[in-house]
Amino acid sequence: MSTFLELLFAGIALGAVYALVALGFTVVFRASRVINFAQGELLALGAFVVSWLVIDIHVPFWLAFVVGAAGTGLAAFIFQQGVLRFALGRPDFTIVMLTLGLATVLQAVLPTLFGSTGRANGDPWGGTSVRAGDVALAWVQVWTIVAALLVLAAFWVFNNHSKYGLAMRSAASDPEAALAVGVPLRRVYATAWVLAGVVACIGGVFLGGYPNTVDPNIGNTALLAFPAIILGGIDSTTGAVVGGFLIGIVEELTAGYQPQYASWLGSNFYLVAPYVLMIIVLLIRPYGLFGSRPAERL
Amino acid sequence: MNALEVRSLTLRFGAVAALSDVSFEVGPAELFAVIGPNGAGKTSLFNLLTRVYEPTAGSVAYFGDDMARWRPHHLAGRGIARTFQNLGLFPYMSVLDNVLVGRGHLMRQGVVRAGLRPPGTRAAEHRHAAAARDALDFVGLSKVAAMPVAVLPYGLRKRVELARALAMEPKLLLLDEPVAGMSRAERSEVVDLITAIRKDREMAIILVEHDMGVVMSLAERVLVLDFGKPIALGTPAVVQRDPQVIAAYLGEVA
Repeated sequence: MSTFLELLFAGIALGAVYALVALGFTVVFRASRVINFAQGELLALGAFVVSWLVIDIHVPFWLAFVVGAAGTGLAAFIFQQGVLRFALGRPDFTIVMLTLGLATVLQAVLPTLFGSTGRANGDPWGGTSVRAGDVALAWVQVWTIVAALLVLAAFWVFNNHSKYGLAMRSAASDPEAALAVGVPLRRVYATAWVLAGVVACIGGVFLGGYPNTVDPNIGNTALLAFPAIILGGIDSTTGAVVGGFLIGIVEELTAGYQPQYASWLGSNFYLVAPYVLMIIVLLIRPYGLFGSRPAERL
Repeated sequence: MNALEVRSLTLRFGAVAALSDVSFEVGPAELFAVIGPNGAGKTSLFNLLTRVYEPTAGSVAYFGDDMARWRPHHLAGRGIARTFQNLGLFPYMSVLDNVLVGRGHLMRQGVVRAGLRPPGTRAAEHRHAAAARDALDFVGLSKVAAMPVAVLPYGLRKRVELARALAMEPKLLLLDEPVAGMSRAERSEVVDLITAIRKDREMAIILVEHDMGVVMSLAERVLVLDFGKPIALGTPAVVQRDPQVIAAYLGEVA
């Protein structure tokens, strides 16, 4: 039983990271109908900056965290203002390719700046854990969940109580009409990218926590968040969050039990399980759990 | 002061003059119509007034303020609302949200305010929602406020667009062919609605329209364009009898 609870808890913590990554994707997608393929690299950038600040510069972790998140948001902002802004009005495909370009650049730059070996993320918990009954909970996991819940709550407030929530949805639906009713498109897009950057950094730091390290491939985790987004419904933030947690839990439980009970599936089946889940969900609900089905007039 | 003063407005695409030397003014509570056959330059004029295009020559002043440096998203904040020829709505958002978006320029809840919620935030949210509901009430759509726009028939969607324009609290309303593609019954409903809007609030309205009947029953003055040139300007009765106008609409009588 305690094994199950530990696996479940680890799954929730992993799911929290996926939810953060997925949120980064959906916030840009909701505002501009563009899938940001550089989200994983932004995540790596944030994790590296925080790690560098703590370990090489000896900045206190929490301060480094805030600086890193702001810095990643700034980097995303610069990319949006310096590059994407000039592609406004071009086909979405152009913009998607530009994000792919940013991903490639960051993949090359990050190892050059920070080295290509894994490094600690700089958090003060390391491998310590706390015991609740006979279940051991890693502090990293506890804080991952806390941080994710705080970010998600903040995002909920932003989405429902700031004028940008509505503005983002209208901008995604019809930019020209949004402009005509006074939605400042540039500011909306810029806000979306800043948020995506900040969320990416937070996800990256926790993803790099013990027993993982911060290395240039950490951005590939973003690919594992894809099933979460698709499964939840790509335009739904609720979906991204639920999908993230679901994928995390399925992955951990599969990793924990599959070698024992279904070893014929091979040794890394836990990496495949999220995709299997995604396919099953899509067969039943083609627009995802929370995605909006395009209404059709008959 | 006039809501709009248009002076020698000209728009050229290469050698083609989409609009040449158009001048007119619109009073602060006037309904001014622009008509003309297809390709006369009505849409070009609209796009100039909404700052989508930059004029080749000439100027537009809005309540005495030169619009030359405005960007398209400034219009809403300065009191100009528009409707689109083929609907500028957001199909998968609710009717109420569609209207509420139009009040964005009046809202002050940015990221910081939304998070800290200083006193008055809740009251402001209620005020904006109430204004949006009032506008929906005015066009007779309060019952469908929660529905997504996508499920409404065309005639009702046009009303949503009008409600949004009203919720923006404009001083100048630009209507781009509001009855295009409508049945006779729907057309007369829209005419009644525009008449009601004018009775209820003071605003200048510019109506670009194909349908002569609608223009004649609503407009105080009419500008007729043909091949980008103004060929007549006056009350509907006068314009209707103008030989040049008749020729433009019915073809040249040799």
